Amino acid sequence: MSNFRVAVHIVPRRGILDPQGTAVAHALQTLGFSGVADVKVGRHIVIDVAAPDRGAADRSAREMCEKLLANPVTEDFEIATVEPA
Amino acid sequence: MKFGIVTFPGSNCDYDAFHAVTDALGEEARYLWHREHDLAGADVVVLPGGFSYGDYLRAGAIARFSPIMREVVAHAKRGGPVLAICNGFQIACEAGLLPGALLRNESLAFVSETVRLRVENPETMFTAGYEKGQLLRIPIAHGEGRYTADEETLTRLEGDGRVAFRYVGPDGRTDASANPNGSMRAIAGIVSEGGNVLGMMPHPERAVDPLLGSVDGLALFESLLSRVSA
Repeated sequence: MSNFRVAVHIVPRRGILDPQGTAVAHALQTLGFSGVADVKVGRHIVIDVAAPDRGAADRSAREMCEKLLANPVTEDFEIATVEPA
Repeated sequence: MKFGIVTFPGSNCDYDAFHAVTDALGEEARYLWHREHDLAGADVVVLPGGFSYGDYLRAGAIARFSPIMREVVAHAKRGGPVLAICNGFQIACEAGLLPGALLRNESLAFVSETVRLRVENPETMFTAGYEKGQLLRIPIAHGEGRYTADEETLTRLEGDGRVAFRYVGPDGRTDASANPNGSMRAIAGIVSEGGNVLGMMPHPERAVDPLLGSVDGLALFESLLSRVSA
């Protein structure tokens, strides 16, 4: 078993109203970032996990997202990085 | 009839539910601590409002893994009545007892006010004491109450008469200004496929006494009494 640090990104699904993202987008535009078209506010979760290899750590994190970390009704997730820890 | 009121760490409407059942309805109630493993003979389970587990991760996401929830889900699967209010509604969705999810209010503001609801389906065990189209004044107090589901689910809910309550204006019609949180199709409460789980963001247990400004929530408890103990 080796230790891995897995980072996951969870964001509101496209097409689902994200008022928080909209509020941040307006604030950025007010600050002069006129190129900002859209903002989604989500969560970044870092998990330290022991697994036989990188692939197993990735699969385990994916299962965590499906079962708990992301809401399958409204959110999408991606495994951002899997690194030896 | 016996009500079991689940208390999670962070529940704060369990006392209101207890008061509604014992003082207003005159029935028996007991608290069920989230670590317990049985429902102590409860006929009806109440998942009350509050901020279980600090709403960490997502409202209701952690509470669903409490030991007592295993019993609540089994009770619901047997057709046992579950009244899931506010945070309880969020927990019931997370636990898969009801479809959809409750997201951050469209306004991003926590909304605490008395709203108007229209009874959409008076045929359920929770609404039998109301008339179809009856308008109720019931308080809400939540930051994450925007009911969201995919189109297919919404269509099925509507088609099967599973929308119990909708937010409406004084004229009894839905419009954007009368929708306090941006819920899809102004949905304030839905029932499960079997009709034995009701999830609603408004608080009927806080509208059972004239002192509280409305008694419109009492008939919901009376409906359960007439339908369940029969």
